[in-house]
Amino acid sequence: MFDLLIEYAPRLLSGAVMTLKLTFISVLIAAMLALPLALVRRSGSRYLQGPVRLYISFFRGTPLLAQLFLVYYGSGQFRPELTELGLWWFFRDPFYCAILTFSLNSAAYQTEILRGGLQAVSRQEVEAGMAIGMSKGLLYRKIILPHAYRIAFPALGNEIILMLKGSAIASVITLLDLMGHTRRVFSQTFDMSVYVWAALIYLLVTTLFVLVWRRMEHRMTRHFRAPVTPSAPLTSVIKESTRVS
Amino acid sequence: MSVNPESAIVLQADGLQKAFGGVEVLKGVSLTARKHDVITIIGSSGSGKSTLLRCLNLLEVPEAGQLAVHGETLNLATDARGRHERGLQKQIERTRSRLGMVFQSFNLWSHMTVLENVMLGPCTVLKRDRAEVQPQAEALLARVGMLEKRHMYPDHLSGGQKQRVAIARALAMDPDVMLFDEPTSALDPELVNEVLCVIKELAEEGRTMIMVTHEMRFARDVSSRIVYLHQGQIAEQGPPDQLFNAPQSEQLQRFLSSQY
Repeated sequence: MFDLLIEYAPRLLSGAVMTLKLTFISVLIAAMLALPLALVRRSGSRYLQGPVRLYISFFRGTPLLAQLFLVYYGSGQFRPELTELGLWWFFRDPFYCAILTFSLNSAAYQTEILRGGLQAVSRQEVEAGMAIGMSKGLLYRKIILPHAYRIAFPALGNEIILMLKGSAIASVITLLDLMGHTRRVFSQTFDMSVYVWAALIYLLVTTLFVLVWRRMEHRMTRHFRAPVTPSAPLTSVIKESTRVS
Repeated sequence: MSVNPESAIVLQADGLQKAFGGVEVLKGVSLTARKHDVITIIGSSGSGKSTLLRCLNLLEVPEAGQLAVHGETLNLATDARGRHERGLQKQIERTRSRLGMVFQSFNLWSHMTVLENVMLGPCTVLKRDRAEVQPQAEALLARVGMLEKRHMYPDHLSGGQKQRVAIARALAMDPDVMLFDEPTSALDPELVNEVLCVIKELAEEGRTMIMVTHEMRFARDVSSRIVYLHQGQIAEQGPPDQLFNAPQSEQLQRFLSSQY
């Protein structure tokens, strides 16, 4: 079992790197899409709400595998049109197709998570911001979004973990992520233990991610925990308070 | 009408009207505050006093009337479809920054320390330099007796402490008028005094203030004028002695006797 690991470790590792790339690029693009979409969901015009709702229910209501096939194989049906539009180079590459699908899928989930966060922001704190004359942009930057992201944070972490594992689906469109390499090694060796190693790598990555995420969450919620009372001098107090804890 | 007829007008509201879902809460209220005035709005619950205060800093935007603060007059009239004139939002934001609001439930920003709460307005809305704002913020916190707690988060403070921070936060904007919306109603009885003391000091040093409160004795002590609101209209107003000792209308007599 171990000699298998030693022999194929480089391939499994390069697969793991691919998995991380797929996951984090997608999740990041999704995060950038999710904020404006969540704002539309929350207070956008009725004409914008409809399409956004439709988009979300489609991506949350159909299997990720089906979405991936639709983008990768589906686009093949329109090859002439896509070539004409100068987009074929994008859709012919399984990596780009996977990134596109995963981003759109994760954005749908993240939008709903963030909408929940926005909804849970204390109305009173927002009013206090309005009362000192803050513009809408300032209100969002200083009060609404910091609270919304803190509230949404655990659920967002969960979504990222689901995406990490979901990215294994990319192996069926020939991408050599961790799952892709594992399947390949298995087809060459017929040694089941490679799946055990793959599972352990997935587990290791998620565990590390959970630890990092928990630390970040701990930082974000420090104002709910026991008070810190440093006896700092009066100057440079602000810097002090952001460094402590 | 005012006790200081010679001093300048800092806030003037004319014919404010506000309805919620077809129910008229304010039916054309006019109010003038001159420099150094301490005006207390009293009235039974549902008389519209909190709404009036919230209309003054436009947390509720009236459907009709005018409001002038700091030399800027806002036309609050609405057209047939209930829309205000264009550009009002910017005027509203400017006006709000000239008025300091203290809420019944403090409304401190829970993700910021006491000091950050006080500094945020001057640093962002007024775009002032942090280095210059901080000593002033610390001085304000010292005034309300909260300097020691400047690094604490609001969740770790008592109600009275939170309200004192909220007062410092409003003062940090150097407002023309301070508005207090029942500032002691959410406090435990033993904490009421510490907040009233701070407000009283502000009154004594000549701050212009408009407040809504149920602390009748306090109102009588500090106010230069009492405004009695009844069913969305000003039913009676005048110096505290006059209103408390010789109420003219039957409603005010009944209201006052229910208070003691």
